[in-house]
Amino acid sequence: MAGGRLTRADAAYVARLARIDLTDEELDTYAQQLAVVLEHAAQVAALDTRGVEPTAHPLPLRNVLRADEPGPSLDRAEVLAQAPAVEDNRFRVPPILGEAP
Amino acid sequence: MSAPGAWESVIGLEVHCELKTRTKLFCGCRNAFGEEPNTNVCPVCLGLPGSLPVLNAGAVELAMRIGTALHCEIRPSLFHRKNYFYPDMPKDFQITQYDAPINVDGFLDLPDGTRVGIVRAHMEEDTGKTTHVGGGGRIHDAEHALVDYNRAGVPLVEIVSAPDLRSSTQARLYVSELRGILVAADASDGRMEEGSLRVDANVSVRRAGTAELGTRCEIKNLNSLRSLGRAVDYEIDRQVALLEDGGAVVQQTRHWDEDHGETVALRSKEEAFDYRYFPEPDLVPVVPDPAWQRDVSASLGPMPAERRAKVSALLGPADGPARVEQVSTVVELGLDALVVAAVNAGADPVLALTRAANEAAAEAERARALDAASFASLVRMEHDGELSATQAKAVLADMLELGGDPAEIAQRRGFEALGAGSLAAVVDEVLAANPAEWERYRAGEDKLAGFFTGKVMQATSGRADGKAVAAELRRRRG
Amino acid sequence: MTDPSTSGRAAPALGIAAGVRRGDPSAAAVVQRHLEAIDEHDGVLHAFLTVLHDSALAEAAEIDRRVAAGEAAGALAGVPVAVKDNLCTRGVPTTCSSRILEGWRPPYDATVVEKLRAAGAVVVGKTNLDEFAMGSSTENSAFGPTRNPHDPERVPGGSSGGSAAAVAAGLVPMALGSDTGGSIRQPAALCGVVGMKPTYGTVSRYGLVAFASSLDQVGPITRSVLDAAALFDVIAGDDPRDSTCLERPSPRCAERCDQGVDGLRVGVLAELLDGVDPAVGARVRQAAEVLAAAGAHVEERSVPELRLGLPAYYLVAPAEASSNLARYDGVRYGLRVEADTAEAMNSATRAAGFGPEVKRRIMLGTYALSAGYYDAYYGQAQKVRTLIIDALAAAYQHADVLLGATTPTTAFALGAKVDDPWAMYLSDVCTVPSNLAGHPAISVPFGTDDGLLPVGVQVLAPALGEAVLFRAAAALEDAAPALSAPRVLAR
Repeated sequence: MAGGRLTRADAAYVARLARIDLTDEELDTYAQQLAVVLEHAAQVAALDTRGVEPTAHPLPLRNVLRADEPGPSLDRAEVLAQAPAVEDNRFRVPPILGEAP
Repeated sequence: MSAPGAWESVIGLEVHCELKTRTKLFCGCRNAFGEEPNTNVCPVCLGLPGSLPVLNAGAVELAMRIGTALHCEIRPSLFHRKNYFYPDMPKDFQITQYDAPINVDGFLDLPDGTRVGIVRAHMEEDTGKTTHVGGGGRIHDAEHALVDYNRAGVPLVEIVSAPDLRSSTQARLYVSELRGILVAADASDGRMEEGSLRVDANVSVRRAGTAELGTRCEIKNLNSLRSLGRAVDYEIDRQVALLEDGGAVVQQTRHWDEDHGETVALRSKEEAFDYRYFPEPDLVPVVPDPAWQRDVSASLGPMPAERRAKVSALLGPADGPARVEQVSTVVELGLDALVVAAVNAGADPVLALTRAANEAAAEAERARALDAASFASLVRMEHDGELSATQAKAVLADMLELGGDPAEIAQRRGFEALGAGSLAAVVDEVLAANPAEWERYRAGEDKLAGFFTGKVMQATSGRADGKAVAAELRRRRG
Repeated sequence: MTDPSTSGRAAPALGIAAGVRRGDPSAAAVVQRHLEAIDEHDGVLHAFLTVLHDSALAEAAEIDRRVAAGEAAGALAGVPVAVKDNLCTRGVPTTCSSRILEGWRPPYDATVVEKLRAAGAVVVGKTNLDEFAMGSSTENSAFGPTRNPHDPERVPGGSSGGSAAAVAAGLVPMALGSDTGGSIRQPAALCGVVGMKPTYGTVSRYGLVAFASSLDQVGPITRSVLDAAALFDVIAGDDPRDSTCLERPSPRCAERCDQGVDGLRVGVLAELLDGVDPAVGARVRQAAEVLAAAGAHVEERSVPELRLGLPAYYLVAPAEASSNLARYDGVRYGLRVEADTAEAMNSATRAAGFGPEVKRRIMLGTYALSAGYYDAYYGQAQKVRTLIIDALAAAYQHADVLLGATTPTTAFALGAKVDDPWAMYLSDVCTVPSNLAGHPAISVPFGTDDGLLPVGVQVLAPALGEAVLFRAAAALEDAAPALSAPRVLAR
C-alpha cells in the first residue's frame, strides 16, 4: 500500500478489519476518497519529528484512580430489554466462526 | 529433561490471573464469580455509548504486589487499546497494556533451582463469557452462542515468562510456584479449574546446543496442571516428529483437546490479527510514586520459597523427597505458620509436619484456624506415647471439627495408649488365635505383619500404636 | 452569577431564569411557549429529532413548585434547553443521527444533562447532528438534514447543526452541542449564534457518545455571550466518572463578561485569515479594529504550524473514531441485521447502519492505525499536536488571545459539498487547531456577508483561559454589526 494510491484490495483489507460489508463499487469509491485525504496527510507523514514527543492527552493528568468500592449495577431487565436477541438472560448471537485471540 | 534424542524443548508460559479485587478494573461492578448472568454490569463494562473507564486503585495495588513478588521493576505505565471484534468484548477493543507495562524484567526461582525470567506482568480487562449452544458444545458445530458480561471488565494481570523452561515438569513446577506466589501476595485465588488462573504455553524445539529458537506454537485450553503437562509433552513429540520427518513447524495457535489427548490447529479464517494498538485516550498514565512502591514492598509477606525454607530449617537433617513433598504441601495450604508455631511451643518438628501435611491438610481451612498451642500439645502427647497414632488422628479430627483441648478430647473418647504390658498380652492372644499365619510370618512372609497389626487394632479398639505392634512382632520372630 | 439586570448585558436565557425565580413568568408558561414555537417552525427546520412535550412540562411544573415553596430553583430555572442527540438522556432515544442507534434509549443520563437539570433547566428535546458528529453540515444525518434559519436552502453547519439552528430560530434560548473539530463553533458561525468549545477536560464527557476521545468536548450554543458563559459555568466541573476531567474550582465565567479588554493583547492569526472568503476576512479585520478601539493591543501573528492541523486532525480523529465505533456490532443494542455467523452479522449490521461519511472515516482511521502505517500517520499526527501546542504556547508569550475566522465561508447550499469530502473537511481548517491543542475557543456572530448570511469571528485562548476568552468575546458582541433576522424565527 503505497501512500496516496490505494487499490481495491487494500480497501477490502481495511473493510474486513473494520467489519463493514462493502460492495466493489463502494470499495473503489472509498479507495479513491481515502487516497485524496492521505495525499494531504503525506505532509504530516513526511515531517521530521525527531525529538518530538507525541501528545496522547492534552492534559498533564496522572494517576486518576478510584477506590475499590462497589457501585450500582444496572437492572438486568433494563439491559436486556434493548438487546436484539436474548436467551437464558444472555445475549444471543449467531454461531461464532473464529476463535478469540 | 530434554526431548528424546538430540532435541531440546523450549517453553514459555503466559499466565493470566484474575485479581481478587472487590470491583472490576474500570467500574464499580462487583468482581464476583458464579452469579446470575448479566447482573454485574453497568454502562462502563457493557461498553454502552458514552461510557468511560476509571481505573481501580486496588487493582493497581495488586498488580504492584505481583510485580514486587516477582522481582520486577515497577515502571510508569500506559493503557492501550487492542482492537478486534468478538461478541464477548463489549467495546470490541480490550483495554490492556502494550509497550509501557507496569512490571518488567523479573524472575521466579523454581524449587529445583532453575531461574525463570519474567519478561512482563501487565494489567488488562477480562472479556465476558461465551457459551456455544448446540453441536455438542463444540465451537465449530454450534447453532448459536450466548454471552454473559459479568466477567467483562474483571481485572487481570498477564504474566509472561521468558522461554526458560525446558520440560513439561518444569512447566508444571513454574505454574505451581507462580500460583503459590500469587496466593501468598494475596493478589489472586489462583484456581485453574475455576478460571481465575489461565495458562497458555508457547512450545518450540531445537537441536540441543543451538542458540536459535525454533518456530513456536501457542497451546490454549489448558484447564489443569495435568493438562498442561500432557499438552506440552504431546506438542514436543509432535514437533520433533515433524522436524525429523523433514517437515517444518508452522507458527500457529493450537487447542488442547483433553478427550483425545492431542493439540489441534484452530480453524481460523482471518489473517493474523492486526490489533492496531494505540494509547487509550480515555485513561491517563499510571505513575506509582516511590512511597507507594515502598508501602507495597513492606506489606508483602514472605513468599512460598522463603516459607518452605523456614519449615525445612526446623527439620534438621531428616530430609528426603517425602519430606520435601510435605513441606510443599503445608506451605501451599497455608499451614506452615501452624507448624512453625507448634514447634516453637515444643512440638517435635517431624511429627508436627507429618500431622499437618497428612491429616490437617484434609480440612485445610479449619486447620488454618487451629490454635497452635493445642496442636503442639497433641503432637507432644503422641510423641511421648500417651496416644497412639490412630488415636492422635482421631483427636485431631475432632479438634478440626469442633475445636477444643486435645487432652479433654482424648479423655472424653476414653483414649489412653496401650501400655507395653497390655500390648504384649493382646499380641499373645492374637498369635494364639492365628497359628497358621504366625507360622507363615515366621517363615518370612513380612506382609502378614499388616494382618496381625489389624487384628491387634481391632482387639484394642485402635488404642495400640502400629509401630509398637510391628516392633513387637519382629522381636518375637527373632 | 452575574444578574443580567444589573449587568445590562443581553442574556435571554438568564433573563428567563431570573423571571422564573421571581415567579413571573412561570416555568410552565415559558416551556409551553417554546414547545409551541418548536411545533410551529421545526417542520421546516428539522432541528429536532425528539421533542419531549410531556416530560418538559412536568419538569417545568416541578420548578414552579420549588419557586412557590421558596426552595432554590437553580441558575437556569425554567430555561428550555435543547440537547444534541449524541448526549445520553435516560429513557429517551439517543440516536447520534444514525440508523445503528435508531430507537436506542440509554439507561443513564450524561453528566452534563444531570448538571442542567440540577440547575433547573428544562430539557425540551434532542437535536439533529451529522451522524456520530462526523460532518460540517448536518447533511450526514440518517434522518434528514437540518436547515439554516437564515436561509432554509442552506446548511446550518455541523455537526451540531440542529442545536445551532434551534437557538438561531429562537426555538430555545440555549442548547448543548459537542465540538471535536469545530462542531459547535462552525454551525454557530453559520447560524449567527454564539458557540463555545471549552478547554479539554473542563466538562465531563461521561454520557457523550464518543467520536474522538482526545478531542471531544461538550459546550454551549446560545444567542448571547453571557448566556454561553452561564451555561459553561453550569456544565463545567470535575466528574469522577471521567478520568480525563480536570479537578478545578468553578470557573465563574459569567462574572468575567463585563471586564472589558483594556490592555488585552490580541494576536490576529494569519493562518486563520488566509484563504477565507473575502467577506469573512473583512469581518475578522473589523473585529480586530473593534477590539483595538475598546483598548486592546492588536497585532498580527503567525503560527505556521497551524497549517498542519487539518491533515493531522483527519488522521487522529478518524483513528480514534474507528475504535470508538467498533462497539456498534449488533450484539447488545441497536440495529441488527441477521446472518449465518456472528462475523457476518457484524459486517452486515455495520454496512446497513452506518452512513457513507461514517464508513469513510472508519476506513480512514482503521488504515491510519494499521500495521505498517501507525508511525507514519497516527504516530506522526500525535506529534503534530505537540508541535501545535508548543507553537501556540510561543504565540501566547506575546498575546492573551488570538483572533481569526471561525470557518472560511458563510452557509453553503444544501448538497453543495456532499460529493467532495475534502472540500467539506476544509470547513474545519480554522477550528481544528484548538481541538488538537485542547484549548478553548469561541465563535461570536459578527455581521453578515453581502448575502446577509451570518459571519462568525473566532477568539482563541490558552488552556484554562476561559475567563479571558469570555472577556474578549463580550467586547466583540458589544460592538458587533447587526445581524438580519433569520427567515425562520419564533417571535
